[in-house]
Parts: sequence; C-alpha cells; structure tokens
Amino acid sequence: MSGRREGDAGAPLLEARGLTKRFGSVVANEDVSLQLRRGEVLGLLGENGAGKSTLVKMLFGLHRPDSGEIRVGGEVVRLRSPRDAIGMGIGMVHQHFQLVPVMTVAENVVLGAEPTRHRFVDRRRAAAEVQELSERFGLAVDPDAVVEDLPIGAQQRVEIIKALYRGAEILILDEPSAVLTPEETDELLRVVAELAAGGVGIVFITHKLREVMDAADRVVVLRDGRVVGEVAPGDTDEAGLAALMVGRSVVLRIDKQPARPGGTVLEIRGLEVDDDRGRRAVQGFDLEVRAGEIVGVAGVQGNGQRELAEAICGMRPRSGGCVLLREHDVTRLGARAIHDLGVAHIPEDRNKHGLVGSYSVADDLVLNRFDEPGFARWGRRERAAVRRWAEQLIIEFDVRTPGVEAPADSLSGGNQQKLIVARELSRESVLVVAAQPTRGVDVGSIEFIHRQLVAARDRGAAVLVISAELEELLAVSDRIAVMRSGCVAAMFDAGSVTSEAIGLVMGGAAGH
Amino acid sequence: MHTDRLRPVLLPVAAVAVAVAIGAAIVLAAGASPVAAATAIWVAAFSGTDAIAATLEKATPLLFAGLAVIVGVRAGLFNIGAQGQLLVGAITSAYAGYRLAGLPPAVHLPLCLAIGILSGALPALLAGVLRATRGVHEVIVTIMLNTILVNLTDWLAGGPWMEQGQPVSRTPAIAGSARMARVAGLPVGFLLAVAMAFVVWFVLDRTTFGFRLATVGANRNAAHYAGISVAGATVAAMTLSGALAGLGGAVESLGIVGRFEPGFNAGLGFDGITIALLARVSPRAVIPAAVLIGALRASSTQLQARARLAPEIVDVVLAIALLLVAAPLILRWLLRLRPGSCRTEVQLTRGWGA
Repeated sequence: MSGRREGDAGAPLLEARGLTKRFGSVVANEDVSLQLRRGEVLGLLGENGAGKSTLVKMLFGLHRPDSGEIRVGGEVVRLRSPRDAIGMGIGMVHQHFQLVPVMTVAENVVLGAEPTRHRFVDRRRAAAEVQELSERFGLAVDPDAVVEDLPIGAQQRVEIIKALYRGAEILILDEPSAVLTPEETDELLRVVAELAAGGVGIVFITHKLREVMDAADRVVVLRDGRVVGEVAPGDTDEAGLAALMVGRSVVLRIDKQPARPGGTVLEIRGLEVDDDRGRRAVQGFDLEVRAGEIVGVAGVQGNGQRELAEAICGMRPRSGGCVLLREHDVTRLGARAIHDLGVAHIPEDRNKHGLVGSYSVADDLVLNRFDEPGFARWGRRERAAVRRWAEQLIIEFDVRTPGVEAPADSLSGGNQQKLIVARELSRESVLVVAAQPTRGVDVGSIEFIHRQLVAARDRGAAVLVISAELEELLAVSDRIAVMRSGCVAAMFDAGSVTSEAIGLVMGGAAGH
Repeated sequence: MHTDRLRPVLLPVAAVAVAVAIGAAIVLAAGASPVAAATAIWVAAFSGTDAIAATLEKATPLLFAGLAVIVGVRAGLFNIGAQGQLLVGAITSAYAGYRLAGLPPAVHLPLCLAIGILSGALPALLAGVLRATRGVHEVIVTIMLNTILVNLTDWLAGGPWMEQGQPVSRTPAIAGSARMARVAGLPVGFLLAVAMAFVVWFVLDRTTFGFRLATVGANRNAAHYAGISVAGATVAAMTLSGALAGLGGAVESLGIVGRFEPGFNAGLGFDGITIALLARVSPRAVIPAAVLIGALRASSTQLQARARLAPEIVDVVLAIALLLVAAPLILRWLLRLRPGSCRTEVQLTRGWGA
C-alpha cells in the first residue's frame, strides 16, 4: 500500500498552503496552511464554527478552495470529489458514520470496492481482508458482525478499517470522540497511536483539550477560520491551549461559592425503570437532591443514566419505586405535568429530543412552553411575543444565530445546546435535570453552561447533572453519586474526591 | 426580503412552466398543435362566466382534498384515503339531501354538510386510532379502507339508495332545500372551500393546536419531550383530514352534481395529493393549485374536440409538474437554480413504520 506514489521523499504527506474558502460574505477559512508528516498525529483544535470542518472538507474534496493549494507527497493535487481524495490515499471518518446498518462489517468495508469472483462479491475474501487489516492495526472487530448490533466505538473502528481498505495513508478523523464514551475514547487513542506507528498520518479534529494533549504530536489551533497557533503538546498545557482556541483565558474550573443546601426537593426511592428493550435499566435507585445544591451522577455510560433522567422528567414510564418532588408524589405524572411543576430538563440528545431542527430558533425557545400565557391566548399563538422573548434570550444566553427566525439546525452544536439551556434555565425552576449538558460543545460554551447551572443552583434550584465527563462533574457538582448497574454504588463529596477514586467505583472496585 | 418572499412560489411555478413546455412537446409529437391545445384550454376554462364557474366547480372538491392531505402531512401522516373519505361524505350527504326533503333550507343544508363531514371523519379516525395505539401504518389502513368504501358506495348507489326506475345506478336528486346555489355566478361550494383554506391555514400556522401537530410531524421525539401527546395529535390530524375530505364530497354532491353518482368523483382524493404537493403543503397555496388543475380538468372535452387530443394529456402534464415539485433536484438541474432557492423541501412521508 505504501510507496504507491512517487514523490519527494522529504516532502510532507499532506500539505495545505494558503487555503481560503468563503461562503457568500462569510470567510470560513483564510490563508490556512498546515503540514502532515508520515506517522504523525496532527491535532486540529478549534471551537465550533472555527472552520475545522470546512478545512477538512477541502482536504477530502468535499469543498473546493477559493485560493491556495493542496499537496500530497509534495505534488499539487486538485480534489474535485471525495473519490479524488480517496484515490490520493486520503481517508476520512465522518462524525456521522456512513455505514449501512443492516450489512456486516466486511460488507460495509468493501462496499463500492468489492473483491469479486466470477462477477460475484467474494465474501470470504472480503472477510479475510478485513480480518487482516483489523489485526495489523489492532482494530478489534468481527468481520461477520452486523453493524447495527455493534456499539458506537466498534462502528467507528469499522469506518477506520474502511478508509484503510481503500489504501488511506492519510486519515482524517472528524471529532471522533464526540460520540464515544470515555472508555471508547481511550481505545480510540490507542488505535490512533498504533496507526501512526504503522506510518499513517492522522489529522485528529477535536475541541477536547485532554485528547490532543494525550494523542497529538503537534497541534494546530484554528480560530475564526485562521491558524492562530501551532504548538507541541509538551510545550503548553490545557489552559494555554484553551486560551489560544478561545482567544481569551478560560476558567476550566469555575469558581463557585460553597453550596448552601436547603430542604429536599427531589427524593427518589427504590426507583425501577426499563430501557427501550424492556430490560430493567434502573433498579433500586435512591437519591436525594436538596435545594441549592448540584448533585452529579457519574458512571460508565449505559448504566441506566439515560433512563433515570427520562423517568424523573416523566418521559419514560416508571416500573417501581417512587419519585417525590417537594414531597408530592410525581411518579405517575407525564412530561408536561412535571414540567409544569417547575422541572427543567436538558435532554441528553439535543437533536432527538431537545429541539426541532426545522423550527425557528424562536419556536424552539418555547418548544415546551408554547401554550403558556404570554406566548398564546385563546389557543392562538402570540408570535410577536415569542419573537420578543427569543430576541431577549439569545442575547442573555449568547446564542449565536443569524436571527431568531433562522432554523435551529443551521446553528452549530454548541449554540443549539445553548439554545436548549436558555429555554430550560430562563424559567424559575425548583429542579433542573441536566443530562450530558455539554456534550459536543466547545470550551467557551462549556464554561458558559457550567456557570448557568451554578447560577440556577444559587437561585435556589436543586440541580441534578448526569454526565459521562468526570471533569465536568468535578467542576460543577457539590456531591457526586456514582451509578452502576442501575443504582447508586457510592456517594462522594465533590470537594474532597479525586477522579481516580470515582473511576474505581465506576469500574466496579468499591461499593456494593 | 423581496426575493425571500418569492422563493417558496418559485419552485411550483417553475415546475408547472417546465411541465407545460414538456407537455407542448408531447402535443407536437402527437401531431397536434400546442397553440390549439392552449386555446382550447383557455376557452373551456376561463372564457365567460359559465366557463369560469365550471372551472371553479371542478376545483372545489380538489381544494378540499388538497387541504385534507395537507393536514395529515403536517402531522407526519400520509392520508392516502382521502378518496374513500370523500366518497362516503358524498353519498351520505346526498342521501340526507333526498331523504330528509321537507326540512327548511337553513336546517337541511347545514345538516347534510355535517353528515358528510362526520362520515368522512369516521374512517379516518379509525386509521388514526390504529396508528396511535397499535402503530399500524396509516397508509396501509387507508388504502384498504379506500377499497372498502369505494365498493360500499357503489353498492349503496346501485342498491338500497338507488333512484327507482332508472337504468344507471345513482341516488335520487337531492331536494332544493339542500342545494348549494351560486352567488354572483360563483359556486357557493368554491367560496366555502376558499374560506376553509384560510381556516386551515390559520389553525395550522397560527394556533397552539397547529403547533402541536407540526411538532409531532417534524420530530415526534421532541414532541414527546415537550409533553405533547403524540397519540392525540395523530388521531386529531387524521380525523380532521377525513372531515375535510368528507366535506369536499358533500359539497360536490350538494353543490355540483346534485346527487351521488359513482364515477363522478373518481380519483379526486388522489388529485388531492398532487395538489398538496404542488402547493408545497401550504394551505393557502392550495387555492391556485386547485384552480389550475380544475381548469385542466374542465377543458378535457374541449381538448378532444378542438385540438383532437386525448384528455390524458392533461394527466401527463400534471404528472410531470408533480414529479418536478417532488424531486426539486431535477428542476434545479434543469434551471440551474442554486440550492438555496429551494429550501423548505417537502417531505411527504417518512417511509414505512417510521
């Protein structure tokens, strides 16, 4: 696979020189230059909207640069389509996987470039080749497994194998960790290291500082479409990278006053909840959250956190136990009734539950309040009032949007999340349930959302934060509950616990 | 701002224009004159009050059918059963129209309309409930109901409700007290349909009820999160859709045909789908779309007489227009439009079991 192209031996594997791309009046990339060498992991860091996606789309032939040039192995290339890019040995793993769910791993890998035998797809050879690739680079997958049955982390490995199968020597990973659990992310970083050791050049896009610190040999930081810095992780620290990325210094650990907890707001006793397949996901769950405190729920994903949040907020039927809200039994209430009692809910999956992508920002800002007085009268929507409210909220919560009439799906992920946070925290609530409140959100917005959660606490709300990010929980929580196999395995005081101690319980060391 | 307002109109208008051009080419290929065809359509559809009234009469049930389809689509449902619902609405209102003769017009006509609405709503309600409670796809249920209802109305018109001493199967003429007249040369039914288009627009685009339906249609998970009853919205949208189709059938019986006669309204419900698409699921845009199709339908006899063209040419032109609206990519490619000019693409249904 290597040595396919004759090129200047000393030339970088991939090089961008002065790439500029405009969309109308918006400059997405301006004079961006970077180099990727063989066996190197290049971290591409930047906030949402900094121009990372545009840049890699140009490198993969999905966009054509307005000016500047791309060189592969020292030679100028013109990439008109991904097909050209693949032909030049460039592979890309998109954030949203491009796999056929009902086909096997091997079938997905060879799709479009199938080995044939007597004009039929040679399935045996396909499986063998996939097996060979997976062993060579330590990418554990079963070639005969059906893709839809695989966990997300394994699906991602299939995507990587797919690119390698097509002869990729340059691999672009677009926010590969955004969809992964912490364990899967560790596995991914291991794979990346192995690929680099095997001579593959990797562009690793992320906005997570820890990952570039761990995995990258060099980091290129983008801001407002421009390269604002190029550093080696050894020469800087997370705070330095964050400042470079955001353009100001960022407080990674927010200062907050000690909690002054009041009376119990949420009391959960012996809660039992089933998941979508009818299996018991939450069992014997007990927890109390008091007014004016933030309780974090840590745990390896898939230990019932999602079901817990949905059950508290009335979106999922509860099979047993009880949920008390200020001493009222709300176990049997639906989503609307619980919302009306003053429970704010930032859902785990913003695109699935949190907003309607085709709706305007204004409509999404009242998604669960559209019929409240002030927004509607006699069943007629007060659209002017909704618009005014939205204008106010996007300023207050710094939602970057062309306007309140713009469709929500035209916003970046971080701004979509801020939109949801704005909707949920702009209302006085007694309880805030925030599930993965900063998933896929850039550093600047993370800081902002954390401050909002603390502000809600300081206004006297009880706050429950469920997150897969230990750092996040340590930053915002007053107490941390570790959830394992559907129940609370341990409870810590956030001020005096280390992530190692929590990690041990998550992994099953203590408790029980 | 100006171009933004025009954009949603651009696509359907361009689609119709391109379809007409292709139609003209087909007419030429068939050895007839496109000019003669256009003249025939114009004369038949728009020259003189009678021609205009005939066009609007043709457009009336189409308007109702289009609105019926739109209400479903907004809630993410594909009511392919508008045809059957329209037929039962037509026959029950006709039955009430002749059976209940003797009632004062102020009672008789509204009563007949109400019966038409109810009997159109019922089968749709059934489909809605099955969808909401058992997850049975509404397309399958309404297709099966279509077959049942078409045959039921045929049997009624040729059996128990048949006009005595007649060779054709049809119901007796409705009483004068149930007839919808013309006002200033315009059929009242058409005016009612136009009014209904505005009502449907208001309900869907301006009320909280419409917001509920649209939220369920756009993202049922988000609707569930927002505490909107997905089942309730499904049943309501389906029932309302059926009610509109039933009203369309009633207006046709009471205002245009004057009785129920099988075959008169064949395909109207399906034309409703064409119209809803052509109008890009916007209730007010259904009015011009229905008038356009009404005009083409009203002129089919003239097309045969004057241009010696098979009336099917009208369907060919409509099918091409529909194809272009439903597949904007083709049109974009033909007209070299930029992608931005066709935002708000219509998604009619999400496929099976979605």
